[in-house]
Amino acid sequence: MVIRVPRLPALDRKLLRDLWEMKGQALAIAAVIAAGVTMFVTYLSNFDSLERTLDSYYQRQRFADVFASAERAPARLAARIEAIPGVVTVATRVVAEVTLDVPGMPEPATGRLISMPPDGAAVLNTVSLRRGRWPEPSRPDEVVASEMFCEAHGFGPGSRLAAIINGRRRTLTIVGIGLSPEFVYSVRPGEIFPDNQRFGIFWMDRQALASAFDMEGGFNDVSLKLARGASADEAIVRLDRLLQPYGGRGAYPRALQVSAWTIDNELRQLRTFGFITPLIFLSVAAFILNIALARALALQRPQIAALKALGYTNRELGWHYVKWALAIAAAGALAGVLAGNWLGAQMAGMYNEFFRFPMLDYRLSVGVAAASLAGSLLVAAAGAQSAVRHAVAVPPAEAMRPESPARYRQSAGERWRVLRRLSQPARMVLRNLERQPLRALMSVVGIAFAGAILIVGFGFIDVMDVLIDEQFIRAMRQDVTVTFVRPLSADAMHAVNRLPGVIEAEPLRVVPARLRVGHRHRTLAITGLVADPQLSRVVERTGGALALPARGLVLSKMLGDVLGVASGGTVIVEVLEGARPVFDVPVAALVDDSVGLQAYMEIGALRTLMREGGTVSGAALMVDHTRLDALNAELKQLPEVAGVATRAATLGSFRETMAEQMNLIIFFNVFFSGVIAFGVVYNAARVSLSERSRELASLRVLGFTRAEVSLILLGELALLTILSLPVGAAIGWGLGRLMTDAFNSEVYRLPFTLTAQAVAWAFLTVIGAAAISALAVRRRLDRLDLVAVLKSRE
Amino acid sequence: MTEAPAPVFVARNLTKVYPMGEVQVQALRGVDFDVFPGEFVVLLGPSGSGKSTLLNILGGLDVPTSGHVVYRNQDLTAAGDAALTEYRRDHVGFVFQFYNLIPSLTARENVALVTEIAASPMTPEEALGLVGLTERLDHFPAQLSGGEQQRVAIARAIAKRPEVLLCDEPTGALDITTGVVVLEAIARVNRELDTATVVITHNAAIAGMAHRVVRLADGRVVSVERNQTCVSARELSW
Ligand SMILES: Nc1ncnc2c1ncn2[C@@H]1O[C@H](COP(=O)(O)OP(=O)(O)O)[C@@H](O)[C@H]1O
Ligand SMILES: [Mg+2]
Repeated sequence: MVIRVPRLPALDRKLLRDLWEMKGQALAIAAVIAAGVTMFVTYLSNFDSLERTLDSYYQRQRFADVFASAERAPARLAARIEAIPGVVTVATRVVAEVTLDVPGMPEPATGRLISMPPDGAAVLNTVSLRRGRWPEPSRPDEVVASEMFCEAHGFGPGSRLAAIINGRRRTLTIVGIGLSPEFVYSVRPGEIFPDNQRFGIFWMDRQALASAFDMEGGFNDVSLKLARGASADEAIVRLDRLLQPYGGRGAYPRALQVSAWTIDNELRQLRTFGFITPLIFLSVAAFILNIALARALALQRPQIAALKALGYTNRELGWHYVKWALAIAAAGALAGVLAGNWLGAQMAGMYNEFFRFPMLDYRLSVGVAAASLAGSLLVAAAGAQSAVRHAVAVPPAEAMRPESPARYRQSAGERWRVLRRLSQPARMVLRNLERQPLRALMSVVGIAFAGAILIVGFGFIDVMDVLIDEQFIRAMRQDVTVTFVRPLSADAMHAVNRLPGVIEAEPLRVVPARLRVGHRHRTLAITGLVADPQLSRVVERTGGALALPARGLVLSKMLGDVLGVASGGTVIVEVLEGARPVFDVPVAALVDDSVGLQAYMEIGALRTLMREGGTVSGAALMVDHTRLDALNAELKQLPEVAGVATRAATLGSFRETMAEQMNLIIFFNVFFSGVIAFGVVYNAARVSLSERSRELASLRVLGFTRAEVSLILLGELALLTILSLPVGAAIGWGLGRLMTDAFNSEVYRLPFTLTAQAVAWAFLTVIGAAAISALAVRRRLDRLDLVAVLKSRE
Repeated sequence: MTEAPAPVFVARNLTKVYPMGEVQVQALRGVDFDVFPGEFVVLLGPSGSGKSTLLNILGGLDVPTSGHVVYRNQDLTAAGDAALTEYRRDHVGFVFQFYNLIPSLTARENVALVTEIAASPMTPEEALGLVGLTERLDHFPAQLSGGEQQRVAIARAIAKRPEVLLCDEPTGALDITTGVVVLEAIARVNRELDTATVVITHNAAIAGMAHRVVRLADGRVVSVERNQTCVSARELSW
């Protein structure tokens, strides 16, 4: 193949032809770089796009800076709130949670009703109307419903559903479909994963909602817009003081608003992941580039000496060879940017499935593209650097000398008697490995990296299974969780036990509270559970269920980290309901779990703290499945029931949304890991082929058969591959830990466990890649032109 | 070659020692050597006598352990790596025993490799014409015979119009007829371009072509003889 390019300097033509000559290898290396860049572009373009979309969305819809809720505050309090320094706008609302009876769905759903001025003219947290119209103030049962809920049920303007509003069943008519910056990510209170079928937001005329909940002339929810630069903490302290007499539940800043907080964590994760994964890929690329180049250049030694003798400077030659690396990297990066741009758009579509904005403005970020190109070139140059420097250091006088034969000796193994019986090819394999142990080691490490990345890729599949097992098999053993509209007396448990189909019921006491350690705090709920729960349990990621100690809090490890407290420490608990007591509570234990920020207490201890008797705010039920429908029907009718969650439905929705997203990422990982594995192994095989072709051709001339000659080369490859497997498992374990740590956020922590299955799949893939590479090399070996190889002095 | 002008090379008392672990190999043991403009010098001597070492030092590929080499007014022994590279680039043409062509470049491109970095080169086509390879411009080394490859190497060496042409056993790997063609090419360059030429060989028969024959043995110059009449390559008896 003659590439004829007019007026290109001879050295550059040499570059092109040399690259063409090693196109298989170049392609393999470029593919690894492309994989890294694809991930970089995919993740970071999405990060950029999401961040930009959010910013403009929040601004356009006047997303508030501070949020708070209360039992019931008089309307006139709004003026005093407005007088808080730094407050620009105050929006008061009536918000209520109700049980829904959705046509066609056996179990009840939860609806959040939010009041709204006529024509959607809210001063903060403005709803954008996607379809339909605003409710008529004269028609109290008209609502605007959240888009994701409507999608989940196939609802549109005109659809109807029933709600139990303050004990009375009412029919709501959906007249419009809306989106709000408050519910970009909408999750039912107390849950971690979104369930759009069983949780919906409904905006209603204020008058209608207020009269239904006895809120005329009052409000129970307030949001604030602050002046630029005003302190949110300051405003929160003052707002809490104003709301306290009215049952205020603790104000929180935008950063801790559930939707904003979740997205924030997701974005942070995306960014970390978008950096770490490509970094690992590009490091591997640099590594194999270094090996490939070092060996290709070793073969060019005589050429380099001759070029130096002809008057080429070290710099010119160094640059010439660095250009090899740069050309490969540039090709890989370019392909990566293109693939990343496409994949990024797919991923953005996926994000829109559970983060909902009016429009996700996805764009390939120019900065990201430029950075990935620059990064790849840098990595390639770094990878090439030592190889090139070493190669160019050859003294020019060497061009004048013939090559001296390589020095071999008997391999150590051959001194053992058994090994002395080895066939000639097997002996050559051993000697060759022993002659260049460093080179063999490099190959082993290179292939091991491929295995390691595969282990991480496959390991993530197990991560999801482990998470599902922990959450839905070991922790949540109840079939149904019922939450009450307000704390009820102990009698409620008797009533629950008498519900149809209930086999067993455990009380739950959920107390909203703000946990504080020094200046760190989080507003959440403390869940009171019986001492040794059998249904709703607290489980460790690895290990069994925890019994709740008679005293003190049990916190998620992540919550402990966030608050900066360990077992034995003390947390200030500000209860946000009833008499709103404040306690110092010891931390009895941190539980190494996978999800969110959880706080548990033994139910008796919690009640003692609250100075209450058998108060319950919900119950975990084990149910006779044949009577589930009867139970659901009954629950829908009960005015005290605010929400019902069934395990089967929650798990189903988790699988649909979270698992789907994770699976896509897992698929990327596995696919790109496969690319790397193949790239590395093929490269190793090609390198030894080109190094050994003279020797192998000589053997063929001496009468060795093709099979025997192949055995020398492929035997070496097989040996290196086998040696690399355990090394790869070790590196994979470390990498997996690193990646899952990077994945951790306040929302969830992923466990990384090295399962035999993941390791087995990774090994099989590496062996498969080795086998395919071996076949490719074997084909080349068969076509080895004996005369040409022996004639040229490389 | 009657009234000698200023020499191109003046080498005085050159020694070269290669440290080889415990032992030291004394490759040159005090060599004095001159080359004059346009002169054709043949270096003769048994294998291991130090011919290549001397040529490498003259060509700026290597530096002596002691002694001096002056090229025109430039002291090569005092020159650094960069200065030697520049010296090779501007003034010296090399022909190696093993041709050392770049296998991925055609004959024309192998020559272009040099013409692209030289100050006032001839075109690659001219250079290849001088060695009689006009027909083979676009052949790759693998498509050329040994003699043809060596002629490409000569074209590559002379294309920059070097002041000196240094050839280390240019016919060492060739048969007689091919060797003659290669030697003819070298002699022609020496004649037509007036390039000072040093050719190493251990084949005494080639000596007949030279203006001067210098014999080395065991790292020393053992004899210098001047040929009154030079025979052409064709008339050599091997
Ligand atoms: N790079 C080197 N390292 C060690 N010894 C060398 C090296 N180059 C040449 N020699 C030794 O120096 C002596 C002269 O070598 P050389 O100049 O190549 O001889 P010639 O070209 O006449 O055959 C020989 O003994 C040779 O082994
Ligand atoms: Mg020699």
